[in-house]
Amino acid sequence: MTDFAEIWSYLSQGPLLWLTATLIAYALGDACFRLAGRNPAVNPVLIAVALLAVLLHLTATPYATYFEGAQFVHFLLGPATIALALPLYDSLPSLRRAVWPALAALVTGSLTAALSALAIGAALGLDGTVLASLAPKSATAPVAIGIAERIGGSPTLTAVLVILTGITGAVVATPLLNLLRLRDWRARGFAVGLTSHGIGTARALQVHPTAGAFAALGMALNAIATALVAPFALSLFLKGVP
Amino acid sequence: MLHALIAILSLQLLGEAAARALSLPLPGPVLGMVLMLALLIASPRFAALIRPTAQGILAHLSLLFVPAGVGVVGHFATLGSQTAAIAVAVIGSTILAIAVGALTFAAVARLTGARDD
Repeated sequence: MTDFAEIWSYLSQGPLLWLTATLIAYALGDACFRLAGRNPAVNPVLIAVALLAVLLHLTATPYATYFEGAQFVHFLLGPATIALALPLYDSLPSLRRAVWPALAALVTGSLTAALSALAIGAALGLDGTVLASLAPKSATAPVAIGIAERIGGSPTLTAVLVILTGITGAVVATPLLNLLRLRDWRARGFAVGLTSHGIGTARALQVHPTAGAFAALGMALNAIATALVAPFALSLFLKGVP
Repeated sequence: MLHALIAILSLQLLGEAAARALSLPLPGPVLGMVLMLALLIASPRFAALIRPTAQGILAHLSLLFVPAGVGVVGHFATLGSQTAAIAVAVIGSTILAIAVGALTFAAVARLTGARDD
């Protein structure tokens, strides 16, 4: 009989173990979310990430090894973005009627995301590289990283900030928008997708199909807007900084 | 399912190629989404073909962010002494942007009479 250490060393090197672990961790996170009465504070992504991070730490598994299995899930982000055209298509009549509200919210939301992050960051004494990484963080990851590189940010830090912004938005959106007494699913979804890209859109799709469609729209439009807004916002804050 | 997958992956491929070729500031998948939307509008039959597969992929959209999220944990150390300030900036700006975006949308919808029904 082969001993446990041998089986472990075989399995831990292949993609099967970590792919399965990723799905189980998410299923557990999703079960917690349902058990908590779909409370947005019990975020399934956050729970799955925490479980896996602890597991990787305890088994001393490098992220590269983990990612060999997890890449199959990660890869689906691209096809899923294409698939978001379907909720957009289904909400087309509603989207057509909302051109002006969407454009207005795009301008104010995108500017607020970049300017308020920079204002808070600068007030708390963050340096130029961190500020440049903060400015595009509401855009979807590949866009944000591309912009950050152009304006002197760090790609790795930007990736971290993008994910944190996504999870924060997914957690705070429902209580925040309830507090503001906003009942328009279009407004709610659009603002969440604009601010918290794919993670916010995933959350909006859980809540209401119209919110999901407008979140996908907000995410797509802000990918474009951030390319213009982030460099502009940063230039306001880097004046006088060598 | 097979044909829907081929369509989705081909559009992503097309989006990636176009984004590179024209050096657009948009990622390939976002461009692919726009192309997909155009095709869905053009043909209801195509929409019926895509629907089950697209809904299947979107059913657990949150799951797809888990590997990137795990990657982020390893980089918390790089935030160093600035961690608290960064957290305040991220959380504060996210709350403000959602509130301002949603309030603007609702206010302009009311002004222009763009009601949801």
